[in-house]
Amino acid sequence: MRQQLIEALKGHNADYVEVRLEQGQSTCIIYRGKRLDEMERSFSKGGNIRALVNGGWGFVSFNELNGLWDKVELAVKQARLVGGEVSKLASVEPVVDTVNVEAEKDAATVSLTVKKQLLGEYNDIILSTPKVQTSNINYRDSNRRVIFVNSEGTYIEQGKAGISLRLLAVARGNGEVQQASLSLGSSGNFADIEGLHDQVGEMARRAVDLLSAAQVKAGEYTVILDPVLAGVFAHEAFGHLSESDFVYENRQLLEVMVLGKRFGGKHLNIVDGAAVPGLRGSYKYDDEGVPATKTYLIREGILEGRLHSRETAAKMGEKPTGNARALNYLFPPIVRMTNTYIEPGSVSFEEMLSGIREGVYVKDWYGGMTCLEMFTFSAGEAYMIRKGRLAELLRPTVLSGNVFVTLDNIDAIGDDLHMNQGGGCGKGEQVPLPVSNGSPHIRIRRCLVGGR
Amino acid sequence: MEQLLVKARELADEAEVFRVSSERTLVHFEANHLKQIQNKQHVSIALRIIKQGRIGFSVATGCVNAQTLLDMALDTSQFGAPANFSFPASAAYPQVEVFDPETDKLAVEKMVELGGRLVARVREHTPDILCEADVTKEVVFFNILNSKGGEASYCKSLSSLNLEGLVVHDTDMLFVGDGESSCHPLVDFNVVADRVIKQLELAGSKATASTGSSPVIFTPRGVASALVAPLVTAFNGKMVLEGASPLRGKLGERVFDKKFSLWDNAILPYHVASRPCDDEGVPSQSTLLVGEGVVSNFLYDLQTAALANMRSTGSGIRARGGLPGPGTSSLIVGEGDVSLQDMVADMKEGLIVEELMGAEQGNLLAGDFSGNALLGYRVKGGEIVGRVKDTMVSGNVYEALERIVAVGRESRWVGGVLRLPYLYCSNLSLGTKGG
Repeated sequence: MRQQLIEALKGHNADYVEVRLEQGQSTCIIYRGKRLDEMERSFSKGGNIRALVNGGWGFVSFNELNGLWDKVELAVKQARLVGGEVSKLASVEPVVDTVNVEAEKDAATVSLTVKKQLLGEYNDIILSTPKVQTSNINYRDSNRRVIFVNSEGTYIEQGKAGISLRLLAVARGNGEVQQASLSLGSSGNFADIEGLHDQVGEMARRAVDLLSAAQVKAGEYTVILDPVLAGVFAHEAFGHLSESDFVYENRQLLEVMVLGKRFGGKHLNIVDGAAVPGLRGSYKYDDEGVPATKTYLIREGILEGRLHSRETAAKMGEKPTGNARALNYLFPPIVRMTNTYIEPGSVSFEEMLSGIREGVYVKDWYGGMTCLEMFTFSAGEAYMIRKGRLAELLRPTVLSGNVFVTLDNIDAIGDDLHMNQGGGCGKGEQVPLPVSNGSPHIRIRRCLVGGR
Repeated sequence: MEQLLVKARELADEAEVFRVSSERTLVHFEANHLKQIQNKQHVSIALRIIKQGRIGFSVATGCVNAQTLLDMALDTSQFGAPANFSFPASAAYPQVEVFDPETDKLAVEKMVELGGRLVARVREHTPDILCEADVTKEVVFFNILNSKGGEASYCKSLSSLNLEGLVVHDTDMLFVGDGESSCHPLVDFNVVADRVIKQLELAGSKATASTGSSPVIFTPRGVASALVAPLVTAFNGKMVLEGASPLRGKLGERVFDKKFSLWDNAILPYHVASRPCDDEGVPSQSTLLVGEGVVSNFLYDLQTAALANMRSTGSGIRARGGLPGPGTSSLIVGEGDVSLQDMVADMKEGLIVEELMGAEQGNLLAGDFSGNALLGYRVKGGEIVGRVKDTMVSGNVYEALERIVAVGRESRWVGGVLRLPYLYCSNLSLGTKGG
């Protein structure tokens, strides 16, 4: 196979060509209420070619592996139609390597019977909670082998495994419907999603409690974010702005995101890195064959780095960071985050609470979205803070704001870093890409909270 | 396909093979210039069996031998959901035109030119805008075959044109954007350009809203971003069956304002969500969901319909090639009789929402929505005075649609799958920076 791929890349009039082949299997199990609604197994085989000619890109994806040379030629032809400048790619050492998945309890080897048994137990816990109307459990595991070859001599075979599990409880009462959810993920280790019975029960009870919760009155508050939501904030609000493909051709934004500029207090450090081991967004090489790194985006409140593909690094005159990722062979790699987190500070949760006369404590996440400077993210659980104490439970609450103002308004960073492995990041059509987010508790002054 | 079906039929009681193949070309512009051309060739084949009353399912992309597909389907059928339905026998399908050979003939060079002119036209209006644009064409073949003699195949062409623009001044960012899609080839860039330019003009000056309760006019795109997602969930027969939809038990009841009507229509000619049959081979139809405020129907696939003692509405959709479930085709909100101008004049003070960011993150089931007005205009003294920023709009879809002040007399397609008028609602909650 290797020789065949190398041959297919030869004899084209292009500045750079690469081919990616992928084969994998996955299992999906869905419970909806009492019913095991879906059980499916799938097999996939496909690949893509990317060609660069005079700064223009051509991309061809396919399922039929025959006629590879012609497919490369089509990508080259498309690239030539686009190209109109000099191709720029940051140089990296060619790599020949094989990386295998090492999971303590590989999900691919766990039988359907065992998977169904575990999910059935979680489902029973949710459904036996009084006032819970229905449940939804969505489990998926996948195992893939990806071969990457480029015209510079790189040949990498990488195994990729992932598990995602989302549990949802829907409670109903007084004509109202409320829900609570739990999202978990793992790099293929089934043991990571076992033994969560207590957490699942807690989630189901929270859905019920929300039925009698009040809606926060809209306005500006001092808010405390729990590690899960603060991690989403780091990812959504700031992380996406650090993706260089947003920045490198946008002169005005580039002025905003000047390295060395102050974005927050000295206590603020934000990091992204696939080289941080053992997390959902960890890997050895990205989808351009570039070794993973750990990048300080903000160090001591100052913008220090950003995330790059080979192209954005070359165009901005910075070092490649190994952040070019593709969801699968259907898409070209683009600049993406991996494991993004706020480093811990020294303030305890109790210290954060004290001194807040009226505020909101937001926990857990429903989702988050960003349009460059603007972000919104929603909490799955929220409480009023009154006179330095946690008070009544609130309905799911949405926070929104301008990231630059908000980063500067972070006035306390906790000592309790926690990484959330349940995230799936979306950018363009490429969703969900495995990532992890994390943070300690953080406190933000004057944050806009939606409600009524 | 036939061979796979025959093999599957030997090992299972019933079987169905579903095959989709497609080829898509995408011309992508970034930061105002041509960036990438993509060609995507895709084939997937799905096998659904019923064995000892249980559903087994497997799906493959790319070359896979029939035995692998069969083994995976048999494996899952040991645990799969009990099948409460039978595959449909051969049926007469409505004539639904969804293929235009001209779309397939669109040359890549022509698509490059089209995107380039679209970007140029918008930049002529606002020179410092950064545009991202996509021009696509796609041809898809659908094929379905089952052991009850059911058989359907059709071919669909798709063409789309989209533009998103960003204007940055210091840390102030303005987002605009619009698009069009059709089974016919889109060759006129002016429709999209005009809409985006209109947005730029309305957003030209800045205004502020204040915290509190306010009337809101949702533009068709505003309706799409704020109000549609909860309705899609609520009319899904599966959500109704499970009791998760707040509309369960409300068939025949007036839940919405009399001025509000809603259809799911899969048979409109040359619309991207149209088709002669759904992904289970059930003939397509137009389904009234809300008639003058009264909940009239929910959407069903075969399995959900059987469990709910209803009939399939031809709404079995396979998301990403998986098992079919109830889904929407084109959603159409009935037009009213009030012009936008009259709405604005009547409102005097309030907000027009063109796009609400993050609205769908709230509690969809309960109909709660809350989002930041990514693009919204302030109305003052009965006139549009400028764009607002840092404004959260919150409400509940059921409350908002129960007392609609007015429904617009013009409607338009949004994203090719929604036909929506302006909706004028009272008493939504606004939250703003600085109160």
